Amino acid sequence: MEVQNLNLTLKVWRQKGPKEQGHFETYSLQNISPNSSFLEMMDVLNEQLINEGKEPVAFDHDCREGICGMCSMYINGEAHGPDDHVTTCQLHMRKFKDGDTITVEPWRSAGFPVIKDLIVDRSAFDKIMQAGGFVSVNTGGVPDGNAIPIPKPNADEAMDAASCIGCGACVATCKNGSAMLFVSAKVSQLALLPQGKVEAARRAKAMVAKMDELGFGNCTNTGACEAECPKGVSITNIARLNREFLCAKFAD
Amino acid sequence: MSNPCLLSSSIGKKFLMSITGLFFVLFLAFHATMNAVHIFSPEDYNAICKFLGANWYALVGTAVIALGFIIHIAYATILTIQNRKARGTDRYDSEVRPASVEWASKNMFALGVIVFLGLGLHLYMFWSKMQLAEIMGTVDAIGAPADGSAFIMYWFSKPWVVVVYMVWLVAIWFHLTHGFWSAFQTMGWNNKTWMSRLRCLSDIIATIICVAFAAVVIAAFCMSL
Repeated sequence: MEVQNLNLTLKVWRQKGPKEQGHFETYSLQNISPNSSFLEMMDVLNEQLINEGKEPVAFDHDCREGICGMCSMYINGEAHGPDDHVTTCQLHMRKFKDGDTITVEPWRSAGFPVIKDLIVDRSAFDKIMQAGGFVSVNTGGVPDGNAIPIPKPNADEAMDAASCIGCGACVATCKNGSAMLFVSAKVSQLALLPQGKVEAARRAKAMVAKMDELGFGNCTNTGACEAECPKGVSITNIARLNREFLCAKFAD
Repeated sequence: MSNPCLLSSSIGKKFLMSITGLFFVLFLAFHATMNAVHIFSPEDYNAICKFLGANWYALVGTAVIALGFIIHIAYATILTIQNRKARGTDRYDSEVRPASVEWASKNMFALGVIVFLGLGLHLYMFWSKMQLAEIMGTVDAIGAPADGSAFIMYWFSKPWVVVVYMVWLVAIWFHLTHGFWSAFQTMGWNNKTWMSRLRCLSDIIATIICVAFAAVVIAAFCMSL
């Protein structure tokens, strides 16, 4: 089957540095394969810009197979663009039509300041993880796989929460710039398991305190985060985080 | 580790919003039931008005409701200001609302403002001429403080009042459809099984309450024709 290549207009956010004033710039791209990924299309754009002696567009990317969480980009008003449960590297150009104008913006949130062009500083997530997103274990010999029995539903739910790749689409999408979906996933993946339960109360309090301190907004349960999450992390995790946090606070 | 108080945390503030919000759902359910009596028997409705009046239990109730309102509105304002700050100064050029996101959930503060303005009018039309008048010992030209039916018939015979109340009730309906299940979610009382149940229950409760209120208004308007 013959595939028709795409001619596109790109409206890309350009910003020289964190303190600089950003603006949109418009670029024309010809002959883009619909089978290429969005990042490959961005590579073509950058090659074109370099050939023209212009500064290429800075954007985050790493594994390009949807598991590292690096690629960001707010494409046509949606985090990771117009497809469900994909990261930008998994978004294909066949989702667009010939002649389309595509708007590409960085994540916009006070918690994620722009570093350059489409790259934002997501180290706030690392700080939240450092506050309590771990288990303190004595690393001795390798334990037997079935030494601690874990009910299947709990293991499944913990795995679902653990599928969070920390990309920040939840914060980018949330009208309140709230990081609750991320924090709830990181709290849930451990709180559901016996190894993580021991420190659950301390973890929930510490991670929420850090999240508040870093200036993320308050969750108003719109569910936009869940809709745009490339891994489909459920907002029922947020209910669990609220439960863990409130129980921990009332127990104090 | 430092242990700041519950209300200094984001979840603590939202917990307070949930508690006060659910309290209002109970209050509205009571208020709507009481009003619905007017459709069937204005005399019995007046008997309820007289029973409540400015008696100590009704005054305590009013004080608790007023306090609840102040807390709900104050914290809504604090949280909204924080949220706008967290969103940052640069706004998206294009934004798409995912289909699963309720319109009401993104506009709770705006809806709250409409509810608040409607409340101001409602307090002027009824409360100031009934309970407040009884406390102050004054009698309005429309009717005696315990003659609730007279006030209903007077105000809801005016088409503009009916229209304003309908707009107000629609705003309350939207506010409740999101507020009810959202309160349970914030209190941590939700999971995969209950998510759809609570959302459905929200719609049912909001509809019952608002239809009951609207029925009283429309019935009074029709009777006045």
